[in-house]
Amino acid sequence: MADVKAPSKKIITSENVYLYYGKKEALHGISMDFNRNEITALIGPSGCGKSTYLRCLNRMNDLIPGVTINGSIRLDKEDIYAPKVDVVKLRKRVGMVFQQPNPFPFSVYDNVAYGLRLAGIKNKQVLDQRVETSLKQAAVWDEVKDNLYKSALEFSGGQQQRICVARVLAVEPDVVLLDEPTSALDPISSAQIEETLLAIKDKYTVIIVTHNMQQASRFSDKTAFLLNGNLVEFAKTSKMFMHPDKQETSDYLNGKFG
Amino acid sequence: MRELFVDEMKKLHGRFAEMGINVSEQIYRSTTALTDHDEALAKEVTSGDNGTNSEEMELEKQALKLIALQQPVANDFRDIITILKASSDLERIGDHAVTIARETVRVKNGKQISPIEKKISLMSENIRTMLSSVLDAYSKNDDKAARQVAKKDIEIDRLYVEIRDDITKALAKHPEDAQSGSSYLIIIKMLERIGDHIVNLAEWIVYNVTGKIVELNPGKADPELLNNIFSDNLNVVK
Repeated sequence: MADVKAPSKKIITSENVYLYYGKKEALHGISMDFNRNEITALIGPSGCGKSTYLRCLNRMNDLIPGVTINGSIRLDKEDIYAPKVDVVKLRKRVGMVFQQPNPFPFSVYDNVAYGLRLAGIKNKQVLDQRVETSLKQAAVWDEVKDNLYKSALEFSGGQQQRICVARVLAVEPDVVLLDEPTSALDPISSAQIEETLLAIKDKYTVIIVTHNMQQASRFSDKTAFLLNGNLVEFAKTSKMFMHPDKQETSDYLNGKFG
Repeated sequence: MRELFVDEMKKLHGRFAEMGINVSEQIYRSTTALTDHDEALAKEVTSGDNGTNSEEMELEKQALKLIALQQPVANDFRDIITILKASSDLERIGDHAVTIARETVRVKNGKQISPIEKKISLMSENIRTMLSSVLDAYSKNDDKAARQVAKKDIEIDRLYVEIRDDITKALAKHPEDAQSGSSYLIIIKMLERIGDHIVNLAEWIVYNVTGKIVELNPGKADPELLNNIFSDNLNVVK
């Protein structure tokens, strides 16, 4: 028993992450670790670097010209910026949901099966099963099951966003990154997304950027507060919202700036 | 998210109900210890109060966490404020039961005056009936029932004045019973205070249901009532 090593609690570790847009330093050395099966919320005023940092975690910033990143980000101890890393594989393990629901202009089924087909899965039964499971996990199955072959674009914004969550979950990533996934949604749809995330955290690690502090407080395990490219405070959500260590954190949470 | 809040509130209500039952038992034990001359039982009350205090602290912690993290508004907000305020009243009732138990031990060392203890026992029974009715109203969110319970506090006030006069008279005849007499005075004052806390509980139920902050203490709402009780009894003493 003793020699069987449980996987480390930490899934992502980041150390001294600096990011430059050209010469401008946007992140000033961020060190943060993320535990498996936890929901971490990144909060902070616009331009504080939370989305930029989030996008470092699956190398989305690679696509932006002039960006340089220093420091280390490790997924299960492996440096994700190492030259040998296959970025497509990385993004399969670290999936992302964006602010605006962005389903592909084809059917719900094809949207969710997209990543699986890309990975070479052709077996109809396997696809059917994974599509159904993913849509169920994303809590949108009941609403789309009778219209799986209808275009995903014909559904409401909240449903589209949950279809996008299902699309990410279909490839069974380890980590799901969400960049303000509910800011374009009404409160009911937002609540449904929040419930979805809560329900999937047994299987996934969730990191979410949100402008909505109530959202962070309601369902995240940990909260990180970023300001001007610095990590000001990172702690359990209950601690952050009840007695944060820094005055700046309290001021931001109370809407005194930002 | 809503479910999470509802679950947490259910847990809080469960804790509160349990705390209510425990506090009611504490009153029973403390006054039974008096009438049965049972010092061991009285001491149990003192140790039992630690349980009530930690229950209240746990409940407060949970409630504060819910307020900070879930930001309840409207009915949910009233629900959680009610439980927070009501638990303080329950906790205080528990403290009074401890004071009664301590005085009971003191009476045990002095001489016991049976007719007075009988009346105290009656007062305690009334109090416990009121407490169980108010807890029942709480669990059913029944503001009408809560108002009914609050009205009964005037009877507790009346008993308080009556027993106090009995004690004064008894002591006038037998000054050597002063030790017991002074303890009885404290005990009935504690019971009377418990009545006030029960009225507070009723007020919080009304707040929870209607959103209105009300004064239900019959003596405070209508001072005339109290004056009548006091003057009646002054006449009796004469």
